Formats: sequence, structure tokens, C-alpha cells
Amino acid sequence: MRYMMLIYSREDEAATPAELKAVGAQHRALLEETSRLGVLRGADPLEASATATTVRTDNGKVMITDGPFAETKEQLAGYYILECRDLDEALAWAAKIPTACQGGTGCVEVRPLRQMPQSSE
Amino acid sequence: MNELAAIVESVFRNESGRIIAGLIRAAGSFDRAEEALQDAFAAAMASWQTHGVPGNPAAWITAAAQRKLIDYARREQTRRSKAGELLHFGESSYEAPDEDMSVTFESGSCEDDRLRLIFTCCHPALNQEAQVALTLRTLGGLTTSEIARAFLLSEATLAQRLARAKRKIQQARIPYEVPPPPRLPERLAAVQSVLYLIFNEGYVATAGDSLVRCELCAEAIRLARVLLELMPDNPENSGLLALMLLHDSRRDARSTRDGQLVTLEEQDRSRWHWDQIAEGKQLVERALALRSAGPYQIQAAIAAVHAEARKADDTDWKQIAALYGVLSAKQNTPIVFLNHAVAIAMSEGLERGLALVDDLGSSGELDHYHLFHAARADLLRRMGRTTEAADAYRRALALTSNAVESGYLRRRIAEVS
Repeated sequence: MRYMMLIYSREDEAATPAELKAVGAQHRALLEETSRLGVLRGADPLEASATATTVRTDNGKVMITDGPFAETKEQLAGYYILECRDLDEALAWAAKIPTACQGGTGCVEVRPLRQMPQSSE
Repeated sequence: MNELAAIVESVFRNESGRIIAGLIRAAGSFDRAEEALQDAFAAAMASWQTHGVPGNPAAWITAAAQRKLIDYARREQTRRSKAGELLHFGESSYEAPDEDMSVTFESGSCEDDRLRLIFTCCHPALNQEAQVALTLRTLGGLTTSEIARAFLLSEATLAQRLARAKRKIQQARIPYEVPPPPRLPERLAAVQSVLYLIFNEGYVATAGDSLVRCELCAEAIRLARVLLELMPDNPENSGLLALMLLHDSRRDARSTRDGQLVTLEEQDRSRWHWDQIAEGKQLVERALALRSAGPYQIQAAIAAVHAEARKADDTDWKQIAALYGVLSAKQNTPIVFLNHAVAIAMSEGLERGLALVDDLGSSGELDHYHLFHAARADLLRRMGRTTEAADAYRRALALTSNAVESGYLRRRIAEVS
């Protein structure tokens, strides 16, 4: 089963260049390990939430707002999609994901991907 | 007829946790397992009335429930083949297509299944309210309405909580297994804390149906027995069961007929249940001999020391103080520090105890904690400083909403005023 690990990170805290370098190294190690084991299905970092645009369609009218959907301290900063046997395995991977992508402290939300009937896996 | 209902109820209470554990593994689903078990009990009522109660009712129910599961699987397969290639987007009770509908009953003992079930119900990915509800509903022999009454919830709210938890287990695929060794200590601690929470919910005097509360304690003790039976080598499992038994042994003595709190010191010790005390003491002694004392064992040891005193004046406070000292190194909570200070007051002198309590309160952090003021008040009362004691009792009274505790504090205020 596939799980999405959504990385939420504080953007208002600054990390030192050394810290950012360490985060980058941790991500590279994790990408290497998950792809070697054949469980990596996707992963990307996002640009800062200041680059976000939110689109809402209300009765056919398109509303565009500048900024992310939710104004919270911790913003979506990136994701992994991994193939896991069960939630315990997914949680073990999530614990290895560094959360300081945007500089601050953060957390990882683990969500199972809903499997659609026509998907071929 | 009533006799039959009583037999069915007793099978339900004592055996359903054991039976359902295997059904869940076979079905890969809590809901289907519960449905099968319910159908089997309904079938039992009908069949036993005509044909008489079988020699082994639990085995009969198990077999009937397993047949029901096979029926469901067949029906589901037929439904699927009829549905053909139709897609069911947005269907709320969506089943993953790779989920195996077949039912497997072989392999694995019943004990393994029950252990799996305990760990799944107490999985940290479920919130603690859900863990408690699920543990009581699936492992225990309580009905949804009994659990709802015990927790002062509406049946609908509890049903919703259970449904949400079961959906998460299914959809997020929380595993049905005993955690591997590296994660076991942490996960076992979560199970123990759920069982202790259930016990305390029944034991701590708050509002609610007292009969159901009594049942919660009995249920927690039963589940602690199951856990110890399944994992006999863990001394904290023994400690937990011992702690529950030793506390529960005082149930008849700790309140008056009209529900007033009777302190340990004032209790009529002849009304304690000495069979439970004997079992609790034996369990904790055996556990402590393994020399890996955890918080449950130490608390049970403290309760055992209290139980050894035939009258309150004989209490070995020195030993209790020493045990609280050990406990406070493992559990640095205000309640443990307070109890430690009180034990020192009782063994080494009230002044010294009061100084420790005041020291503890000097940071102001405990100003809003009613037990802090109640403990201070009790020491001041013993020292004869009645005006200060009354003040402290009043501060405690202002901070508690528990009717039984309020009643106790009012009585003390009247005594010292």
C-alpha cells in the first residue's frame, strides 16, 4: 500500500547553512535507501508557501487568492510517496524524514493513498 | 428461558474477546468479525432453545461465526462478479481491490490472536479515547451501551468513536500483529496504560452509575490477567494486576452508603477483600524478585505495605516513604512528589513533611492543583494549625468539581473550624 508523507515545516524559523546542509544530506540518504529497496514512488520539495496561489471555484466563478490554503505556522514543504506493508512500516520511514526543509522545526503527516479500482498495482 | 439468556450472556462476557481475536485475523476486518459474532450469538439463541445448550458453548459460537464469515466472503464474491467492471468512485465503505476476501482459519494459536488484538486496539496511531473504547468493546465483554454509560457518553457518540477507530485500522492499515522486539517495550507500556486508565475510570470516585463503574474495574482486572497470562515474563504486567487487585480490595470500605469518601486511615479494614490482597501481594513479591522494578510494581508495593497494617497506626510509613523515593526517580509527577512528602511527614515528622510540600509549591506551579492544597491542609490539621488548615482546605475546595472530593473537603473544613 502507498502512503504519502507530507512534510510540514516552520518557515518563520531560520536554519544555519550547516543545518540546511545536514537536512539535504539526510534527504539524499533517504532517497537513496528507499529507491534501493524499491519502495520509493515519488518525492519532491516544494517552494516556500509565499509562492502558493489558491484557486477556488464557486458556482462556476473562479476565485484566485494569493497564498496557501491555510495560514498556519507549519506549511507544507515537501512530500514522499512510499510503498509500505502497513502503517508501522510507514511510520518508521516517516520518523527518518527530516522536517527542517524550510529552515524550522516541523512534523510529518502520514496518509494512506486511496487505492482506486482501476489502478494496476 | 432466563437460564438460556444467562448462559448466552456469560459466554458473551467471558469468551467473546477470545473468539473475536481469531475472527478478526481470519476476516482481516473488525466489522465483518463483529457482524459474524453477532450473527452467531443470534443463531445460538435460536438453536439452543430447541436443541439444548451444547457441551462447549464457546466452541459452538466460534464454529458458527466462522461459517458466517465464509458465507459473507461467498456473497461478496458473487456481488463482485455481478458488478463486473463497474467502478465505485466515492463509495464510503471502499474496500481496497487487493484485499483478499478469502477467509483463512488455519495456523496461529488463539493466544497469539488475542495478543495481536490487544496491541492493535492500543496502537499509538489511535487516540487514547479510541484505544480505551476499542479495547473494552472488542477484548472485554462489555456492550456498547454499558461502555457509553460508564464514560457518561451517549451511545451514538461512543458508536461513532468506535466506527472511526475501526475505519482507521482498516484504511491506514494498522497491522494486526505483536510488535517486533525493539518496539515492544514502548508498545507494551501503551497497552498497560490503557488498562490502568480503564481501571481508574472505574475506581476514581466521580459521578456516574456505580454499578457500571464497578464493572469497569472488574473488566480492567480481567484484561490485566489476560495480558499477564499472554506475557508472563514481563514484571510490570504482574505489577499492574497486583496494583489493581490491591486497590480494588478496598472498594467496599472506601465510601459510605451515601457515597461519602472514607480515607484510607479511617477505613474499616475488616471490610477489605483479603483474598485479593493476598493475590496482589504474592504477585508483586514475585515480580520484584526479578529485580526490574517499574512504576506499577512500586505502586503495588506501596499498596501492599498499606495492606499489611491491620490498623492505620501500624502503617510502615518509613518503607512507604522509601518506595515513593524510588518511584519519584522514575515518575516525576506532582502527585508522586506530594505522596512522598506526606509519607516523610508521617515517618519523620510533620514539620519536615510540610517543609517539603511548601518547597514543592514555592514555584507556584501547583497553585491550581487541588491535591496540593488538600495535602497541605491535611498536614496542617494534624499539626493542630486549624486556621491555616481551613484556609488550605477551602482553596482545594474551590479547585475541584468532583462531588465526592468536595464532600470530603467540606467535612474537614467543618472539623477544623
